[in-house]
This record gives sequence, C-alpha cells and structure tokens, in this order.
Amino acid sequence: MSLLSEPLIQRMLIVGLLVGMAAPVMGTYLVQRRMALLGDGIGHVALAGVAAGWLAGSLFDLAQQDALAIPGAVVFAIIGAVLIERMRSRGTGADVVMAILFYGGISGGVLLIGLAGGSNANLLGYLFGSISTVTWGDVWMSAGLAALILAVGIGLRTALFGVTHDQEFARSTGLPVEALNMVVAVLAAVTITVAMRVVGVLLVSALMIVPVAVAQLLTRSFSRTMYVAMGIGAVLTLTGIWITVFHDIQPGALIVTLGVTLYVIVAAATSLLKGARR
Amino acid sequence: MSDPAPVPDVPHSLVEARDVRVSLQGTEILHGVSLTARGGEVVALMGGNGSGKSTFVRAIVGALPTTSGAIDLFGTPATPQIRARLGYVPQRITAAGGVSATAIEVVTSGLLGSREKDGRVGSRLRGLLPPRDAKARAREALASVGIEDLAKRDVSRLSGGQQQRVLIARALVRRPRLLILDEPMAGVDLQSQVAFSHTIGHLKEEGVGIVIVLHELGAIGRHIDRAVVLERGCVTYDGVPPKDLGVHALPGHEHEHPHTDPPARDHASLGLEGP
Repeated sequence: MSLLSEPLIQRMLIVGLLVGMAAPVMGTYLVQRRMALLGDGIGHVALAGVAAGWLAGSLFDLAQQDALAIPGAVVFAIIGAVLIERMRSRGTGADVVMAILFYGGISGGVLLIGLAGGSNANLLGYLFGSISTVTWGDVWMSAGLAALILAVGIGLRTALFGVTHDQEFARSTGLPVEALNMVVAVLAAVTITVAMRVVGVLLVSALMIVPVAVAQLLTRSFSRTMYVAMGIGAVLTLTGIWITVFHDIQPGALIVTLGVTLYVIVAAATSLLKGARR
Repeated sequence: MSDPAPVPDVPHSLVEARDVRVSLQGTEILHGVSLTARGGEVVALMGGNGSGKSTFVRAIVGALPTTSGAIDLFGTPATPQIRARLGYVPQRITAAGGVSATAIEVVTSGLLGSREKDGRVGSRLRGLLPPRDAKARAREALASVGIEDLAKRDVSRLSGGQQQRVLIARALVRRPRLLILDEPMAGVDLQSQVAFSHTIGHLKEEGVGIVIVLHELGAIGRHIDRAVVLERGCVTYDGVPPKDLGVHALPGHEHEHPHTDPPARDHASLGLEGP
C-alpha cells in the first residue's frame, strides 16, 4: 500500500480514474448515434495535431519540443469533430467520413512529424499512451476537462439523448439540434485528447465504447447504461494501471484487453443465464 | 390526460396551410397544397406512395423548408417556437436507438424543447432540462395510450405496435392542442390499432386537432372527419371520407361493399391504394 503514497502512482491513478469515468459518458452518445468508430476517426486527426504541435514547437524553438503537442491535438481533434459533424449533417455517409479522417490523420501526422525533424518514434507515446509520464499539470488539466465532460454529458443527458435518439422529433420540439450535435462532437474530441494520454490514439475509442458495450449486456435503460459504463471504465483503467505498476506491460493495451475480456465473459454469462431461464 | 388542451371551438384553425410548395434537390414535390384542421377535428391525409403526404407534414412541423406558400399554426405564422406547441409523431420503423432505453426515457425526452412563446435564451436553456414533474407526466402519457405497465421496459424489446404507442405518448406528453402523426399505423398489430383508435377518439373529445397520414383508414376510420387525398404532390380530394372506409380497410378484410355514400368515390378515384 506504500506504493499509493508515490506521487507518480497517485497521478497515474487519478488520471486513470477521471478518464475511465469520462470516456464512456461520451461513448454512450456515440453508440446511441451508431457512430462507435467516430472516436477512432477523431483520434487519428488528433495524431496529426500532435505532430503539428511538434512542428510548431520546433519552429518557435521551444526548449521542450513537444510542449505544444497536446494543445495541437486538442485543436485538431475539435476541428476534426466539427468537420465530421458538418459533413454528417449534410448527408455524407458516416463510413466515408471516418475513412477520410483515418487516412488523412495518419498520413498528416507522419508527414508533419518528419517536417518537424522528428521521427515516427516520437509519435509512439501518443499512439500507445504514456501515462507514466503524467505531471501534476496534466492531472489538473485532465480533471478540468473530465469535469466538463461529466457535467455536460450527465447534466444534459435527457436533451442529448433526445437529439441522438430522434433528430426530427427533437427539431420539432424546438431543441437546438445542430448545437447539441456539435456539443456531442466537440466533447467527444475533448474526451479523446484526455484519454489519449492513458491508452493512446490507437485504443482511445475502445475506452469510450467497450465499457458501454459491456453495460448494454447488463442494463435496459439509457441512464443506467451510462452509469454502469462509467463504473466499468473506472474499474478497468484503475485495474490496468495498478497491474502495470508491478509488471512491465503497456497500460493502454492491458486496459483495453481487460475490457474486451470482460465483454466476452459477461456476454457468455448472460447468454448462459438466458438459456437456463428458457 | 389531466391537463388537456382544451378549447374545442377555437375561432381559428389550429393548422392552416395555404398553397404550400416544397422542392427537394431541385425537384418540386408539393405543387401548392392546402389544408386546414380545427380543434376536435381529425383530418386524414391520404394517398399512394410518393404522393407527398410525409413531405407535407414534415413541412408543417418545420423538418423541411417550403419554397412558397404559408403555414399558420394556432392562428399565427409558424415559427420554431410556435411549432414547439404541436405534438409530432414522425414516421419511424422503430422507437429503439443504438443504446437500450426504457419507454419512460423515450417519452420524457418529449418534454424538452421550447416551452415559452418568446424563444428567449432563458427559456431555451430551460428547455434543455426536463421539468420537475417529468416522470409523472411521462407515466400519464403512457397511460393515455394504454401502456403504463411497459414504462420500464426496453423499447427495442416491445412489439412494433407498442413502440409506436411509445412514440405517440412522447408526442402527447407535451399536451399539444394539435397532433400530427405520420403513418402511425405502419407495422402496427390489430390490438395496438384498436388501442390507438380509442386514444384518437379521446383526444378528439378533448378538442385536440389531429392530422394523421394514413395509407388506409383502418380501425380509426370512425373518428376521421375529413380525408384529404394527395396525388403527385397535389390535393385531389378534400371532403368527408366514405363511411365504410373505417371497416373495410382493416387488415384481412375483403372489400365487398359498393361505395354509395356521398361523396360517392371509391379508392381508385381518391387516388388511394386498394385494400
């Protein structure tokens, strides 16, 4: 237990807890809109933002070349999310939008990091996560953004549910449909840049979606799905991080693998229970 | 509904659409369609596939822009705030989304949106949160369509008819004076059709004006005051529906009766699909 008094462990666990709770909140809305892969699309754009931040850092001759990497990721992810939302609302197929973001984000990221004089190895921390390098500044930033995600995602749950459930009806009631869709897209982008630190761009979407997928096997209501997913997300990230304290395992990969394993177990168990009831 | 919308004998029409034209992707779909409905009146909007029925109601509720013509609601030109006072049931195959949701959650979402006439920022923000008595009102709305016992059930597990009743309850929870339903009977079992007919009759007694898009009059035929028939984006008939439509259009019923009641029109002359 003395490990818990280690500042680094504390920081890792606090960020893990915040991200584990916040990511499934936005994931619930993405699953509701049948856009579970949106996080992947935005994540890849965020990677281009990381590289753009590096490039800006080298252009401004900053002592710490990656100082603008996370701000770059936030800006690119939000721009990407807004573009996705605009294309989607104009009728462009979601799969086409995702494909463009996937390829554009990865290729842009690799090109920009090259221009910044870096190598693809510099991107690895962002691709796979780097929670062991979090500072107290990262903790406070994560706490602020997670609080925003939780406040809006839970506070406006009925309105965001209404818009993601039936847009035409929501519009007829006078709800600001476009604005609320944009809120979901931008908060998803913010979630991704916060979670990127824990699990990396490649697995960021999993942290948003897998807890929701598990919760859906256990609950029948939208609000309970969200709350159960938040609990599952928190337990998964804390468990994964705690295990990596003792074993040299990549935390992001472990957290997601734990989540997928949990999904398989719960799916099998619920299926068996249903069979037994018949 | 305990707080119904009242005033059956309002001096103006609840909805008055005049010479409405709608174009989609450069093609005119509605070529000057007019329709009125008063409090306590049930108007069936009928016609074959592609006749423009759904386009017309979507224009009334503001889901589609009009290219010309005028739409008045409750005696004033339709604005988003005015439109928020009507109840709308869009044409849908299912009430389920990507995440499980209970019937009461779906109905509660109907309580959001503009509640005030002015559309000020304060009232718009209040419209983002459900009112304090949301659950009680949602249960009341579910009871009004006969499915209060399904309040906590996952809507994706309900039958097509039950899901449609959830969507109707979501519109009714707003206690509208005008209800617009787009093909609510599509894929609905006979039991739900009968329950739906009772709901329509009850609302009519309370003075609610109802515009309902239908392929066939079916179980609710006896409540229909007027049938407006669209064909290729034009009104081809607007008048009293033939008396026997309410019976013959029930599923499985073979059409045997000659149409003799005024106006003496059969399905073909009305531009309707056969039974």
